Amino acid sequence: MKKIILIAIVSILSFTANAQEKNKNAKVTFEVDGVCGMCKKRIETAALKTKGVKFALWNVKTHQLNLIMDERKVEVGTVQQNIANVGHDIILKDKKITATLKAYNSVNPCCKYRDEKVVLEHEGGMKMHKKQN
Amino acid sequence: MKTKILNSFLLFIPYIIFSQTTFKGMIMDKNNPKDNLGVEGVSVHWLNTNVGTTTNEKGWFTIPYKEEYKKLVVSYIGYKTDTLTITNLKPIHHFLTLESELDEITIESKRNAVQKNSFATANIFTVNSEELLKAACCNLAESFETNPSIDVSFSDALTGTRQIQMLGLKSPYILITQENVPSIRGASQAYGLTFTPGTWVGSIQISKGAGTVVNGYESISGQINTELVKPFSDNTLFVNGYANRNGRLELNTHFNQKISEKWSTGLYLHGNYRGEKFDNNGDNFLDMPLANQINIMNRWQYTDAEKGWVSFINFRYLSDDKQTGEIDFNPESDKGTTNAWGSEIDTKRFDFTAKVGYVFPELPFQSFGFQFAYSNHQQESYFGLRNYNISHESIYSNLLFNSIIGDTRNKFKTGISFTHDGYNEDVFTNTYNRVENSVGAFFEYAFDNLNNFSYTAGLRVDHHNLLGTFITPRLHFRYVPWEKATLRASVGRGIRSANIFAENQQLFASSRQLNIENANGNIYGLDPEIAWNYGFSYLQKFNLFGQKADITLDYYVTDFENQIVVDWENPQEINFYNLEGRSIANSFQVEVNYNLAEGLDVRTAYKYFDVITDYKSGRLQKPLQPRNRFFANLSYETNNDNFNQWRFDVTFNAVGAQRLPNTSANPVQYQLPASVNGFELLNSQITKVFSKKFEVYIGAENITNTRQQNPVLGSDNPFGSNFDTSIVYAPIFGRMIYTGFRFKIN
Repeated sequence: MKKIILIAIVSILSFTANAQEKNKNAKVTFEVDGVCGMCKKRIETAALKTKGVKFALWNVKTHQLNLIMDERKVEVGTVQQNIANVGHDIILKDKKITATLKAYNSVNPCCKYRDEKVVLEHEGGMKMHKKQN
Repeated sequence: MKTKILNSFLLFIPYIIFSQTTFKGMIMDKNNPKDNLGVEGVSVHWLNTNVGTTTNEKGWFTIPYKEEYKKLVVSYIGYKTDTLTITNLKPIHHFLTLESELDEITIESKRNAVQKNSFATANIFTVNSEELLKAACCNLAESFETNPSIDVSFSDALTGTRQIQMLGLKSPYILITQENVPSIRGASQAYGLTFTPGTWVGSIQISKGAGTVVNGYESISGQINTELVKPFSDNTLFVNGYANRNGRLELNTHFNQKISEKWSTGLYLHGNYRGEKFDNNGDNFLDMPLANQINIMNRWQYTDAEKGWVSFINFRYLSDDKQTGEIDFNPESDKGTTNAWGSEIDTKRFDFTAKVGYVFPELPFQSFGFQFAYSNHQQESYFGLRNYNISHESIYSNLLFNSIIGDTRNKFKTGISFTHDGYNEDVFTNTYNRVENSVGAFFEYAFDNLNNFSYTAGLRVDHHNLLGTFITPRLHFRYVPWEKATLRASVGRGIRSANIFAENQQLFASSRQLNIENANGNIYGLDPEIAWNYGFSYLQKFNLFGQKADITLDYYVTDFENQIVVDWENPQEINFYNLEGRSIANSFQVEVNYNLAEGLDVRTAYKYFDVITDYKSGRLQKPLQPRNRFFANLSYETNNDNFNQWRFDVTFNAVGAQRLPNTSANPVQYQLPASVNGFELLNSQITKVFSKKFEVYIGAENITNTRQQNPVLGSDNPFGSNFDTSIVYAPIFGRMIYTGFRFKIN
């Protein structure tokens, strides 16, 4: 009996401690696939429109999305799902959240990041400018 | 018991995991094959420590972690070195950037020298240093000559001071700030723009219409903010020399020094001198004053990016002397006599400003700012037998907090401010003393739906010992109706106490009698000036024959509830009185910018002003205000080939007919027509850049030699009753050639 109580107490302690881990200004970073400034706007808007997300910054070069969010109000998974819903794949270390084909098709043709050619064009575009100058 | 310990231990496992002491991540190159992005052998270390490691064959690294480690440096030969901010222990995935790619990105798009912003809610555009170089001389007053939104006119026939106007209203109605601290106001209103040397200016932000409530309640037709060069980013050494054919010599030197990781300092020296006398129009009066200015500024900049602190501390001392009047006037023997008519204007000014800003390192959208400014301005002057002295001591302080409501679509700024102004004036034989104190609080909310709509709503409440307690609302809207288009609207209220003498001192150099119609108000017996400003702006960017172009239509109205009417329609008098009836300034502008070809840009603008005021004598157009203006600027620059470049710039201004103040009561020989015809002005400049370090420029102003023939009315008898130097509608000095160089070491 004593054992059980002790375990219960310790679990409760551990639980409360875990609850305190829920940070109202948690910084979260994960990778979102995309290619350009339009993607950036779409990704950041989708993230920000998720209630509880306070700040979103996506880097075109590194594909990293930095979020500041209230963990008490929202789960990372919800934000990721909302981003996938507007057509962008989430690349996590152990898994990938793939946007549905329907969502993916809704993005502007120049944002088709799954298309090798589009990706190359964005990189190539920069190179062409260099030659001009 | 054992199980108990084990159980407890298991329960604590999460904590152990949470307090892990290593940090993991993967370094990748996007040019690698998709299934093997990792880069081996990349060096990774914590900034300012010896703790480091390299990545394995998969690109992964594991590095010891302590809480105080925040910046991770990732470096690899042939790639850009990145410093990453680590804020949690989730493994990072970082892509390296090729060194060569960097150049491509930085030069990808050339910024326009004047940036029209499609995203800002308010109608703001930024003029960067490149544009400022097009008007190589000499100070802030002359920085707007290539800019169609600001009109430059001449204030009087003596000092050659240029006056700026926006939306048909002269500079007292524009809030002019230096790094967001109100700077040209009160005693410095008349000549203040000439007290900021051009080379000190890093960029200028021009905001048309109501403006923000953050910097106070005084702005009516717009705001002009000047950002000065910063010790941290300015050249280590900069020297600029300038000389022109009307005898003006200028020298500007900047010295910037990094003192430590966090502190930088800069010393900026400016001197200008004109000792030669010119009277090209043969009226026995100097066309340009003899002048002498020394201007010294010392700036300190503190930056601690890691902790989020930034600070600026400035000290500035200015001494400016001008002498003008009849050629033979000698101040030593003729001052205070009727031997010869002359004038001297001597100004001494000291400025101190301190700013501290703090950005919460964990919350990039939240910050504090505090500004404090002190200035002491002393002007001693006489115009013939009339003395005018003003001393103005001013304190400005503002505490500002920025943050968000919910998320970054909803931002706000809030804060409190305190200002103090103490004025002492000797006007001819009278003395006026005045103290103004105000405390205020403001709140400005900005919403942006991140797509096509944003607005800013600001409100401030101030309590002022002379103006009373009042609110200042200001609203800005921005809407994107279709691609590349931006529609803006704004409305706002402004209030200010008119410094009638300081702002109109160009009228003193005349035989006019000063009259103030006492209305038992608090400021010279007059009431505060109050106006509403509202307007629309439409910006459309487009491509024409494959080149970038944009067109802007602006329509703004300033409607005065009260104005201090400066009535000089009687040639013997200047009357100041409260407005009875209407005073309204309508302005319309259409501006087209077009990039004709690589390096070749054209900017044109047509402006229409309708500025009417109800005078005692009836409703009249504002005198010396052209109703129509046309502006065109053509600039061409050759390819920047290893910092060897030519730049050409031509500016054309057509100024329409202007109504002159009524002189019909004068004897016939001193009468002027009711209005004068328009005229054209042409300026040009050529710059040759020899290297990163050295460039030379040569230019000409007023190439067509357009001049006002008789700028000084009654110049034959300056102590007589018809003397007047205030009716100036065109340049006095004709064609002027100048040349200069810039030398800089980074």
